[in-house]
Amino acid sequence: MTAVAALKSAETVTDRVAPRRRSVTGPLLYGALVLCALLTMLPFLWVISGSLRSLDEIRSDPGAWIPQHVTFDNFLRLFRTEGFGQFMVNSVVVAVMVVAGNIVAASAAGYALAKLDFAGKRLAFGAVMAAMMVPFTAVFVTQFVITVDLGLADTLTGIALPGVAMPLSVFIMRQYAMSIPDELLEAARIDGAGEFRIFFRIFLPLAGPAVATITIMSFLASWNNFIWPLIVAQSMSSYTLPVGLAATSQAAAHVTDYGLMLAGAIVVMLPVLLLFLFLQRYFVQGISGTGMR
Amino acid sequence: MTSTPVVGTRRPTRRRAHRTAVAWLFLTPFALVFLLYTAVPTVAALGFSLTDLRGTDLRHPLAVDFTGLDNFVRLLQDESFLRDILNTALFVAVGVPLTMVIGFALAVVLNSGIRRLRGTFRMLFFAPVVTNVVAVALIWQYAFNANGTVNKVLGVVGLAGPNWLDDPNLAMPVVILLGVWRNFGIAMVLFLAGLQAIPDDVYEAASLDGAGRWRQLRHITLPLLLPTTLMVSVLLTVFYLQVFDEPYLLTNGGPLGSTESVALYTYHQFGAGEFGMSSAASFVMLVLVALVSLVQFRLLRSRV
Repeated sequence: MTAVAALKSAETVTDRVAPRRRSVTGPLLYGALVLCALLTMLPFLWVISGSLRSLDEIRSDPGAWIPQHVTFDNFLRLFRTEGFGQFMVNSVVVAVMVVAGNIVAASAAGYALAKLDFAGKRLAFGAVMAAMMVPFTAVFVTQFVITVDLGLADTLTGIALPGVAMPLSVFIMRQYAMSIPDELLEAARIDGAGEFRIFFRIFLPLAGPAVATITIMSFLASWNNFIWPLIVAQSMSSYTLPVGLAATSQAAAHVTDYGLMLAGAIVVMLPVLLLFLFLQRYFVQGISGTGMR
Repeated sequence: MTSTPVVGTRRPTRRRAHRTAVAWLFLTPFALVFLLYTAVPTVAALGFSLTDLRGTDLRHPLAVDFTGLDNFVRLLQDESFLRDILNTALFVAVGVPLTMVIGFALAVVLNSGIRRLRGTFRMLFFAPVVTNVVAVALIWQYAFNANGTVNKVLGVVGLAGPNWLDDPNLAMPVVILLGVWRNFGIAMVLFLAGLQAIPDDVYEAASLDGAGRWRQLRHITLPLLLPTTLMVSVLLTVFYLQVFDEPYLLTNGGPLGSTESVALYTYHQFGAGEFGMSSAASFVMLVLVALVSLVQFRLLRSRV
């Protein structure tokens, strides 16, 4: 259990507070930061205010900021819109598949790459790194052909499948596994435990933070993914939220039902923003952990 | 990390074979998806780019004409492709520095003078990174409308705003702006990580020697942060080279192709049934990204 505690504290160190230094020109910096933060937040604030305005209000004055009468009418209409509930269910189902797949594939692969000695290890790791660098636009045509050949076009499985094993997740898991002391696993090996037993009984219980990071990163990738579902989903029954929203907004472009679109935008953003609000440390760690070392 | 316990192993080769089998079992789920959705598609894309696939049933792509480098020749003669390369280059050339400068400035400020609310600020600046691009693009589209929010604000100052996304000269800046807004948080977080790795005593020594804030920034922070800076620039270059979401959602490449990126060209060719051309264009993309990634690899290696 001390090992767990050590890992926990090692984990907080990565997110440590910056070195203490004298602070100067405090008010000025705070002022500038608040201004920047406001500018950054403008689109969010604006979409919230817009979604709470009635359709008439939006039409008469599209650029206005403050709703004169706060109304949830847009949201009510949104949920009554055909297909919307389906898009939401689809997004959730795809995200669950992607997250589950990533946890399984990445924890196993990451563990092997970090802690096992075997023939082809360099090759395997090279493949993971290479996979991170292949641009999506270079392969989507052939990925689509494969998906069609597998009979998975226009299915939720077809949308989820390429994402169920993200190289990024493997990389994160490997980096984390490297930080776990070999002695711990070695001791178990000497006691006669097999690799699977060690993986399930020792490694996985310790890998909580890495699993959390992977869960968040892959959920994010799946929930926000746009171009692949756009290609694979051909009928409304398999649209995910972003695709559905884009289709609805394009169809509605001339009708200009902005109220509906803004409410839709909120519903698409909200789960991620809420998740982010509570778990932002992991998000940030995931990003900085992949870029650095 | 080669943890090879030699304790009482009579048959090391057999044991190693066993271990290799077990390790590959662990790797199987990832390897399957990798083969199916990265390795095979990459090779196949290369093959596709050398064939004429116009109007072909893609389920039987092997039955098509092998046309050699024809697609690439057509690409080079396609003015819209050359324009799209320029558009993409513009996106990179403006977007990367802009994203980095904003990210760097915020990282420096958050890392120095600010103690209270640092986490909150970091979170606010990072929020655009996690936000759904379709949702944001809708807001952007609406804000930059002829009578949208941006022009309302300009109106207050007495300026008549244009219809931004319908103007071939103004659409690109708006598209780039969305890209920068979405990505500066990543640059900030990476710079923050780099800044925190610089030991405190370096600064203390410098300030004892009488170096002011600016000199510290110039002579300590910037040089020590060089590896991070290179890394961030490569990362963003790879991102922006592949830009798709922003132009697709805001303008679908228009007006008059002024915002069409290489990635969008690939997509449009695909949509038009020009699978060979699409694959050829995507192969150009693959080479570009691979080149930039190679630079990144070298940089990373020189650091370790």
